[in-house]
Amino acid sequence: MSPAEANTGAVGAPESANALAATLRHARYTFAENPVSGFAFFLFVLLLLCAAFGPYLVPYDPLASDTSAALAPPSLHHLFGTDQIGRDIFSRVIVATRLDMSIAIASVALVFALGGLAGIAAGFFGGWVDQVVGRLADTIMAFPLFVLAMGIVAALGNTVTNIVIATAIINFPLYARVARAEANIRREAGFVQAARLTGNGDIRILLTQILPNIMPIMVVQMSLTMGYAILNAAGLSFIGLGVRPPTPEWGIMVAEGAGFIVSGDWWIAFFPGLALMLAVFCFNLLGDGLRDIVDPQRRS
Amino acid sequence: MPTQIAKRLATAIPTLIGVVIVTFLLTRVLPGDTAVYFAGPAATPQAIEEVRKNLGLDKPLPAQFADYVKGLASGNLGQSLSTGQPVLSDIRTRLPASAELTLSGLLLAILIAVPLGIVAAVRQGSWIDHACRIVATAGVSLPVFFSGLLLVYVFYYKLDWAPPPLGRLDVFHSAPHYVTGFYLIDSLLAGNLDTFRAALAQLALPAVTLAVFALAPITRMTRASMLAALASDFVRTARANGLSFYTVIVTYAFRNAMLPVVTTLGMVFSFLLGANVLVEKVFAWPGIGSYAVDALIKSDYAPVQGFVLVMGILYVLLNFLIDLLYGIIDPRVRIEG
Repeated sequence: MSPAEANTGAVGAPESANALAATLRHARYTFAENPVSGFAFFLFVLLLLCAAFGPYLVPYDPLASDTSAALAPPSLHHLFGTDQIGRDIFSRVIVATRLDMSIAIASVALVFALGGLAGIAAGFFGGWVDQVVGRLADTIMAFPLFVLAMGIVAALGNTVTNIVIATAIINFPLYARVARAEANIRREAGFVQAARLTGNGDIRILLTQILPNIMPIMVVQMSLTMGYAILNAAGLSFIGLGVRPPTPEWGIMVAEGAGFIVSGDWWIAFFPGLALMLAVFCFNLLGDGLRDIVDPQRRS
Repeated sequence: MPTQIAKRLATAIPTLIGVVIVTFLLTRVLPGDTAVYFAGPAATPQAIEEVRKNLGLDKPLPAQFADYVKGLASGNLGQSLSTGQPVLSDIRTRLPASAELTLSGLLLAILIAVPLGIVAAVRQGSWIDHACRIVATAGVSLPVFFSGLLLVYVFYYKLDWAPPPLGRLDVFHSAPHYVTGFYLIDSLLAGNLDTFRAALAQLALPAVTLAVFALAPITRMTRASMLAALASDFVRTARANGLSFYTVIVTYAFRNAMLPVVTTLGMVFSFLLGANVLVEKVFAWPGIGSYAVDALIKSDYAPVQGFVLVMGILYVLLNFLIDLLYGIIDPRVRIEG
């Protein structure tokens, strides 16, 4: 173990400024040592840029059709080719970034709030709260998760908002369990007892003492499930749920191109699929990298 | 063993009840008014009231739940509007297609992933170990519908090795006589090798697609638990006593390493059953997944609810079987039970 790694023993609970400096040092070390994480971070920035500025930078209107250029293979004019009604795939893939990322981020934020808080409460209070949260998580886990998401979207209605909700619900058990375990081991910690002794109420302790301390682990969890959230949302839209054509979105674009694969027009489905894959890949690698920074012992 | 089975069964029952409650709730939150939906677009207010009464929607929620459970007990999952058939019989005729696909995919994945994981752990740091890492990361990042389409493009369009991705058998073959519902087994039982080959050709690509998807978690888990087993005291002792390489790896390390792998199978099944839906859509596979997707697109909700319920029950049963398997592999669980 190198000195830089040994340094991070205290990072689990960042209580001092020293620990923050050590984390930053270790982060720099991790990225330098592991170029793959660096690459993932580069991809992440690229995705964010596409999401933020994509619609203003693309060469064509993602919705404009041009039948004279229909089904054109990739060329200098159309980097990723065009689809059956002559829309530019490159522009559509770039513009779609914002929607795909918004769905994933919204669902992860939602489940972070719901699952995280429920889990912390369950771990901190124990008793019936723990029972209820545990039962709820078990019941969700009793279904194959994608199937449950389909059922939820079918029941709530076929909209993008409901895709976000369904994706959040199926991730609930993961967040609740991690938060519960982390809160549980801290409920009798010294700093919690000190806070209680100075007259803080339970809710206050939960929010000001427990929550900040389990934040790093929850952030890793978010990054790790982000890829899964993107996959899940794209899968739902691939089978025709949520996003409706002609809206550019990676899952539905793959579905639109699927019929052309058998006749050899591969680019319609390939590029949106590739974008999807890179996005998921990026978040999975990033999650692994972040986990190495936050929790060096669980290194894979 | 029987007491252990009974004990485990008792813990599966609350889960099953949970599954039924969730599917019931999903039927109650249908977009809009369920009665209006079933009465059709041209219904008068009286007709809607009539439908409401017939469906029992005017009763309080617990009474509706009782009706729902009563219906389930007699195998009534409602009627599909698009096929005109009872949902249960639709699902029953399509289930073997899905089961054959999922199980072939899983089997293929295990056959590749377990040896790969073992070799990666035994030769840690070698090129096989790195290949294993790449497979594991790429496998979880690849959307299953995308990898399926890539395989179709390469093996059907480019190389022309695979038949068109359209269902379980091409038009030149008829389905073998129904015994198990698995075309591969039924055609062999009928002694019809030609049909067997045709069915295998159709199954190959979708099964490989699923296998690629399932490879990642199984490889990762096999490697990790093999590493843990190889570093343990009992393996060191076995080595120190001069047992052969093969005995140490297979009998000592592998058997113990299998336990966490079997546990992950539950999670793998959860992923597989979901991925199955997407693969069925890509390959026009006539299973319950594509049935549910078709119904969903036509806003025909009874089949979707039936599908979610059947999948939920199947998954609970699968987890139950996995636990039993765990007991067979690990005698300690048996003794405690």
